[in-house]
Amino acid sequence: MKAAISSLLEQAKKRVFDFFNKIKSFRIKLPSKKPKLSTVIVHLVAWLIALIWLIPFLGVAIASVRPFSEVQFGWWNIHPFTLTFKNFVDTWTGATTLPLSRAMLNSLIVTIPATFIPISISALAAYSFARFRSRTKDTLFLFLVLLQTIPQQMVIVPIFVLFRNLNLLNNYIGLILLHSAFALPWQILFLRNFFSALPIEIEEAALVDGASHFKIFWRVVLPLTLPALASLISLQFVFVWNDFFFALVTILNPTAKLAPQIIPLLIGRLNLNYSLLAAGSILVMIIPVAIYVALQRYYVRGLTAGAVKG
Amino acid sequence: MIPAFLLLIIFVFYPIVDTVYVSFLSKGTGNFVGLANYNYVLFEKVNPLINIPNILQGLFPMGALIHNLIWILIHLPLTVMLGLAFAVLLRDVKGGTIVKAIVFLGIVVPLVVGGVLFRYVYDSDAGVVNAALRIVGLGAYARDFTQFRETALFSVILGSIWIWTGFAMIVYSAGLEGIPKEMYEAAEIDGTSRWKTFWRITVPMLRATTLVVITLTLLWELKIFDIVYVVTQGGPGGASSVLAFEMYNQAFYANDYGAGSAIAVILTLMTFGVAAYLVSRMSRT
Repeated sequence: MKAAISSLLEQAKKRVFDFFNKIKSFRIKLPSKKPKLSTVIVHLVAWLIALIWLIPFLGVAIASVRPFSEVQFGWWNIHPFTLTFKNFVDTWTGATTLPLSRAMLNSLIVTIPATFIPISISALAAYSFARFRSRTKDTLFLFLVLLQTIPQQMVIVPIFVLFRNLNLLNNYIGLILLHSAFALPWQILFLRNFFSALPIEIEEAALVDGASHFKIFWRVVLPLTLPALASLISLQFVFVWNDFFFALVTILNPTAKLAPQIIPLLIGRLNLNYSLLAAGSILVMIIPVAIYVALQRYYVRGLTAGAVKG
Repeated sequence: MIPAFLLLIIFVFYPIVDTVYVSFLSKGTGNFVGLANYNYVLFEKVNPLINIPNILQGLFPMGALIHNLIWILIHLPLTVMLGLAFAVLLRDVKGGTIVKAIVFLGIVVPLVVGGVLFRYVYDSDAGVVNAALRIVGLGAYARDFTQFRETALFSVILGSIWIWTGFAMIVYSAGLEGIPKEMYEAAEIDGTSRWKTFWRITVPMLRATTLVVITLTLLWELKIFDIVYVVTQGGPGGASSVLAFEMYNQAFYANDYGAGSAIAVILTLMTFGVAAYLVSRMSRT
């Protein structure tokens, strides 16, 4: 009996073995390769990275649409789950601190001119920098590289005193001009590289036709520069919107404060309400994120253009 | 050119010169005091920039200047290596662009919001980190890491790595596109392993990119302000303070423009050192 069973088992095993062998040989004939172990690991690591970088955003997103009492001990506790937009309404209307609606409007009032003023100035400056010969060009280049590295702290005391004396504290004109001036070095360098790469023959042809330098710049060079300008606009807009330090020192009047200044105010209370803070954070970050998503190609290219060329 | 020069003179040149000048003046009376402000901020004030007794004992705060150096020591190698690793890894992965966009998002949001994002991660009750510690049975170590002297600085540095890695990654990704595909094809025909290809082709070809990533990262580390302001206010007891934050405190909380300017000059000299390094390396290659 036992022997019979074991022989039967042996037969069954052999059959199964043959069956799998057949499948194996069948498989080998298929064109699609079995994924390599290393490829699987690489994909797992990639999605682990995405998860680690996503979790802080996920937490803020979930906390912002629920009452704080529910997320007090972790946004991942999903019982009970009450969907509410009260946090957004409260931060927007300023139920607990200053209204974010006003602060975001203020930020736009500063950011839009502080984006377009320096770009138009540096476009003209970079054009003459790149096209007109001068012995001081190299010195000027080095100078601009150095200026790029100046920390905001290095100018802020004299700027504060100057603004106080000229009644420019709490006034956006001073802040806009300050941002414009600080943007010039990197924008001029960026555009200089771009203008230098443009074929000079087009301009020479226009010059032969009797066009003025300004007309050449306006009609010939600028249209060719549009992608570079898109990069500058998206980067500068996000820089100015995100800037905290200049506003912190020069805008002290509560109703004049800019959007990023509201975030520390939401923190600076005894019982930190993460749901309100999360809603406020999302509202403040939504503008730069939207710019990035809409102009992603230009944004990334602008950020890496100078870097990769060295 | 003229409007550019006008703006630069009023808002950049003049303030720089004036800051250097003010750094030699005493508080209040405005007398010329030589390097007294520098001596004061570096060694003598409460929480000096270099706190020698605490450094010798290995205690925090060690001083904002030392904190910036610790920041560089940890943050620079990690962000550069992670940035390069992510760029190489995600180039070959399906959906890699999405993962890249997610990692890069940290650099697009305002730094004050970035600070909020990782402050939330560290929270003692509502934070992911402490919840994870409790799950793996290390609940005894669970705490708000930003609120303790021993951990505050390191927790902020770790958060800043989370923010900045996206930048290093995106620059390396652009650098990778500049490497000719033929080099990789040739390596594959020769049967070179992936590991060897990485060290023999990718890394040497990215030398110029690495130089730029390192300098830009150094400048960012030296100028760090927003996240410290939002997450720890330099605390507790100055344990996570940095140069830019000390400058703000000294000038606008203590209203000591001389001392604040002295810190600004020290910070700027350090950034100039980095810039000089970049320019000299660039002209050599």
